This record gives sequence, structure tokens and C-alpha cells, in this order.
Amino acid sequence: MRFDLQVIASWIEPGSKVLDLGCRTGSLLTHLTEQKGIKGTGIEIDEDAVGEAIAKGLTVIHGDVYEEIEDYPDGLFDYVILSQTLQQVADPAMLIREMLRVGRRCVVSFPNFTHYKNRLQVFFLGQAPVSRELPYQWHNSPNIHVVPIKDFRRFCRELNVPIVREVAISTDHLDTKGRIITFLPNLLATFGIFLLGQPEEE
Amino acid sequence: MTARDDSTASVGQVRKQDFTFGEDGDELTLDCGRTLAPVTLAFETCGTLNADRSNAILVCHALTGDSHVAGYYSPDDPKPGWWDRVVGPGKPIDTDKYFIICSNVIGGCMGSTGPQSNDPLTAKPYGTAFPVVTIADMVRCQRRLIDHLGIDTLLAVVGGSVGGMQVLDWSVRYPNRVRAAIPLATTTKHSAQAIAFNEVARQAIMADPKWNGGDYYESGRPEHGLAVARMVGHITYLSDESMRHKFDRRLQDRCELSFDFEADFQVESYLRYQGNKFVERFDANSFLYLTKAADYFNLENRHGNGSLVAAFSRASCRYLVVSFTSDWLYPTYQSRAMVKAMKKNGLDVSFCEIEAPWGHDAFLLPNERLSTLLRGFLDRVSDDVAGGAHAL
Repeated sequence: MRFDLQVIASWIEPGSKVLDLGCRTGSLLTHLTEQKGIKGTGIEIDEDAVGEAIAKGLTVIHGDVYEEIEDYPDGLFDYVILSQTLQQVADPAMLIREMLRVGRRCVVSFPNFTHYKNRLQVFFLGQAPVSRELPYQWHNSPNIHVVPIKDFRRFCRELNVPIVREVAISTDHLDTKGRIITFLPNLLATFGIFLLGQPEEE
Repeated sequence: MTARDDSTASVGQVRKQDFTFGEDGDELTLDCGRTLAPVTLAFETCGTLNADRSNAILVCHALTGDSHVAGYYSPDDPKPGWWDRVVGPGKPIDTDKYFIICSNVIGGCMGSTGPQSNDPLTAKPYGTAFPVVTIADMVRCQRRLIDHLGIDTLLAVVGGSVGGMQVLDWSVRYPNRVRAAIPLATTTKHSAQAIAFNEVARQAIMADPKWNGGDYYESGRPEHGLAVARMVGHITYLSDESMRHKFDRRLQDRCELSFDFEADFQVESYLRYQGNKFVERFDANSFLYLTKAADYFNLENRHGNGSLVAAFSRASCRYLVVSFTSDWLYPTYQSRAMVKAMKKNGLDVSFCEIEAPWGHDAFLLPNERLSTLLRGFLDRVSDDVAGGAHAL
């Protein structure tokens, strides 16, 4: 399992109800079901991935994250997870509010755009960065937002959403292995992972 | 045990059985208000019921199907049951693990009581004196059969199309008796378009002079009307793409147009063939009753006072809902509507829209995706039962 998913899994309390948005073939949900006895649900747009996930015995809805999350009653889940998809969603603020409506807490992970290698590419090569974490060219990228860890923190403040936990990680050539970055995370981390709590009253 | 080739493994020989009820004051009260007795259901089973009777799966057949879901009637039977591809040893609905039950619906003509059965009052076929039956009536009969077999809770109810309507009705009518429900290529209510095609089919039968108000069992059957009805139905089971692929404008047994009203095109010839073949096995009155039952089906009105969310608030089972991209008879939006209502109730539902060009028929055709979905879903349901976890 991907290192960022291992970190996320370590945050989930045993026996929780978990919604995984963009669950792909369900490796995180399978892991959480087997290791922590959670009751999981996934939403996934790709038919092949959905087919594989349901075949594993997972509960998965084939559809668009935005449309599908709407139907769930308030507070149905303990955790709602959005891993490595934030940079692709049209309206992150709306989605995070929805995630915190249907879930008590939410987990968001994303590739850190301001990792030093990206910065070097822009500065020295003068071109849009292409990396393992962001492997696309400007014209074929599904990523419509660039999200530095620093900006995400500010974004949460603006939404009045408390950051309960935060970890920056760096994954190496094997994405199943990595390490926690505590020194200059906005510069040195490849991914940011955040645990968010219920919005505070203004 | 040797490894089996899933495509050829079969449950082997099966036997059609009868179950009759209603003779001892336990007659069936129908939605239309009338009572019916006696009622006979033709049914078949395959696999073995386990000691705690927890591995039974009810398969509900579609509009013109029958109880012959899998296997062969005799060693020289050329054709297996209608879902032999899916039901059998090592197959997605695995008869090595599950006990499969399939019964012919009430109103049908494949061994269960229907309009061609004898009315005990007149000792002649009911014809149109047979009461109009509903999907709910079919389900009530199936419940009597399940009671008779000594099964308290079904592991799953599975069915496509009109069979899927029965699955949905089961899940909200008898929520304590169903652990899982798999409605395939179906709807909670017919669209105006679906009713319209059924009405054209019924009119074709009733316009045949041999129909004779439904009283034709001695005078000769309305074969032409029934064949046309089947042709209409067949069009709704295909798709523009599948017809283009299968027939396009190719001519049948000729190089040039005939300039008469023979079947010039392959598609005409195909429909005529399907119509004529159908007449040999099906009763025209049954076709009228069964299409009417499908048109009347309305889950939200029946169980939710007009609200689909309220209807599913009665349910407690786990669902697997499947639709097919090219199915325009019961399009995906209708499956999504039921999934939405299930989710609003916090029910455990999985949904997959399978890419398939073959139209509504897709649920009966070989489909690797459907097979893996069924297998994986049923595995988990039975694991949970074995592990003692409640479906909720």
C-alpha cells in the first residue's frame, strides 16, 4: 500500500465508519477492514476499479464524488477520506464542507506543489514541473489546482476548519516507503496529509 | 476435486417440482382484492441447503422466463436453463456453496397457476377471468414457497428486469427475511415509454381475432398477435448499436430488394423468427397479465406513499445494484434513483454501471464484469453470515 495511505490508515480508529472518495480498487478500505474492523464505503468513477473493488467484497458506488456524496445523511461516517484527489476537484471548499457534513472528521492528502524539485524545474528550466507525484504535462493533466502545503493551511483557516493533525511526508522511488518530514515541509515534503475536524462557529 | 472449467460446468440434471397451496383455507389474497385457490408454483432447486438453512438464494426470472434457471432436464436435453452461465458449480452463483431456488411466477404459463390453468369453478381455463396479478402477488407466492421449504431467511434474492422488480419488492416487503438483494437492469417503476411498448404488444395480441376475448384454448391460439408482441418486446431488449452490429441493413437470403413484403432485411427475419419461436412456448394471455404486472409496479407508491426514500426505509438488507450503459428500457438513471434512496437511508449499497453495447439484454449475456461482481458480493454476504455479523 502507498505510504501516504499507510499514514492515513494509522489515524483511523478501529471500528469506525469510513467513506473513501475516489477509492480506486479499494486497497485502503481493504486494509482498514482487515486491520481495524472498519465499515467502509467507497466512491469511484472508473468502472474497472469499481468492478475490482466490489469483487473484493467492498461496498462501492460507481459515480462522481460530488454527486454521490450529496445523498448521504449528516454524520453517517466517522471519517471521510480524500487521498490525492484534492488537486483535481472543481470546488475544494464545497467538497470539504460536504465531507464534514457527512463525516465527523475528514482526511485530505495531496501532492505538495512547492516541493524543491518542482521549484527547481520552474526556476532553472523555466517549465511546468513534471515529477513522480505530478507526472503530467500541462496539456494532459487532470490536476486543475496547484496545492502547496502552506496554502492548504491558510485555506483551512479561511474555511474555519480546524487542523486536528498534520503530517508531511516524502516518498522515495518506491511509493510504499517514505519518511515523515518535520524540517521545512513546504520545501522538502512530496505530500501533505491533514486530518480536519468540524468547522468552528464564526 | 479437479479444477473445473467455469464455462462448461453444470449442475447437471434438475427436476421441475410443484408446490400447491390455498386448499386448506390459506388462499392467496391478491392486490386486486380477489382471492385465489388453489395456487400451484412450479419451481426448481439446485445445490444443497445447509444444516442451518442459511445458504438459500432465490432467483427471480424476468418477464417470460421460467423456473428452469440452470442444468438440464435429461441427459439428451440440448439446452440448459436460462442462467446456466451464472448458476452452477464454481460459477458466480455457486451451487457448491449455495442452495438456489427459482420458481415460475403466478400468472405465468410454465407450470405455475395462470390464465391457462383450469378454473376450479368451471373446470375450464381461466382465460381473462383470471385475476390481474401484481409483482407483489408474485412475491407473496414466492414467500409461501420459501416457508414451505423451511427457510426463514434468504441469503440473497437475485433477478434482472421484471425479476429485479421482485427482488426490490422482496427487500422492502419482507426485510427480516432477506440478507442481500441484487436487482439487475431494473427499475422501481416503469417509465411511460416502457408502458407504451407493453401496450403496443398487448394490443397486437388483442387485435388478433383468434384472441377472442382471451377464450381461445379450444378454438386455437392467437399466434400471430403473440408473435408481433414478442417482436415489439425484442426491439426494446436490444440497442441501436447492437442492431447495427448484428444486422445493419444486410439482406436476408437475397442479393437485391424483393419489391414485395417478404422479410428483405436480416433484422426482419430475426424478429419473425423470434416471434414464431416464442409462440411455441408461451401463452398469449400470460403475456397480457405479466406485462400488466410490470406496468403496475411502483415501489414508492406501494411502500413509501409516493416517496422512494420512505419505501427503502423499510429495508435492512445489503444491496448490489447493476445497470448497463446501453439499456434504454430501464436506463441507468432509474438505477441511480434507487441507489440514491438507499443511500439516504444509510443502507449498505454497491452500484456499478457496466459498459455494454447490447441493450437491456446485456444482463443475460456473458459478462465477465457481472460475474465478478456477483461472486465477490455473494462471498462477502455469506462470509458475514458465517462470521455471525448482521447484514447491517
